[in-house]
Amino acid sequence: MKKLKVLIVDDSSVMRKIVERSLRQAGLDLGEVLEAGNGAEALVEVQKGSLDLILSDINMPAVDGLEFLKNLAGVEAAKGVPVVMITTEGSEARVVEALSAGAKGYIRKPFTPEQVKERIAPLLGGLQ
Amino acid sequence: MSTTFQSSGQTPVRPEPVWKSILECSAIEVFNLMANVHLTPAPAAAGEPHGDRTAMVGMAGALCGMTTIRCSGEIAAKLATQMLGADATSNPSTVSDALGELCNMVAGNFKSKISNLADHCMLSVPTVISGEDYTLEPASPVENFIVDFEYDAATIWICLTVHG
Repeated sequence: MKKLKVLIVDDSSVMRKIVERSLRQAGLDLGEVLEAGNGAEALVEVQKGSLDLILSDINMPAVDGLEFLKNLAGVEAAKGVPVVMITTEGSEARVVEALSAGAKGYIRKPFTPEQVKERIAPLLGGLQ
Repeated sequence: MSTTFQSSGQTPVRPEPVWKSILECSAIEVFNLMANVHLTPAPAAAGEPHGDRTAMVGMAGALCGMTTIRCSGEIAAKLATQMLGADATSNPSTVSDALGELCNMVAGNFKSKISNLADHCMLSVPTVISGEDYTLEPASPVENFIVDFEYDAATIWICLTVHG
């Protein structure tokens, strides 16, 4: 099995650590874990290529998660990389907007490792 | 300190007495799932909120107001440690970040449980105040829902302030 290279995007460093821990608790075999504090920083990381999974908060200062998603559309290195949104808001409208913009799923905070696994495992194909 | 939130033209959602128990439930869920902290409602009213750490998340739209969590710095550090592990308190900003995120999730969890609020109320990013010598003075009449919890022989106050 391949170790996953994952990008976690959240303006809170605490949440980035919690998301990483939850991925490990969910049983995912993580390799390199990259972090970004907003959508602009995330785009730089994406352009470096070779990511297997992106998890992004929606509500962030500067470039938020929805704008980040829209910006990903033109990035060659993002093609085929599943993006899962993590949201506090519980707003169905924003979730629909994210899914329409290319997100493959969403996780609502607060979450359990089981919920993380349930949402992410089907997106990884044969990687894990 | 004065706070004002502008309505975004949504039909206002009126507060109901049951919101206090919904706020309590929302907080218990968030602290349990994200910090493995089991909050216990205080057996008796714990008095006015105090403590030198206050996390705030603004709410605007169908409901205008603010969710706050207030506790001592010591308790805030313990919560951060619960969320992240033993090294959490080595960086003071991590403690504030953790309390702010808890407040953000409590506000989000609360509004997701109220009909017509999830899609029509936006949350601000969290702000954390360090220090005790301040007064929040809302610019319009407010209704407060305050729940207090016992944790580690101390009190954590969670307050939803709704502007009229």
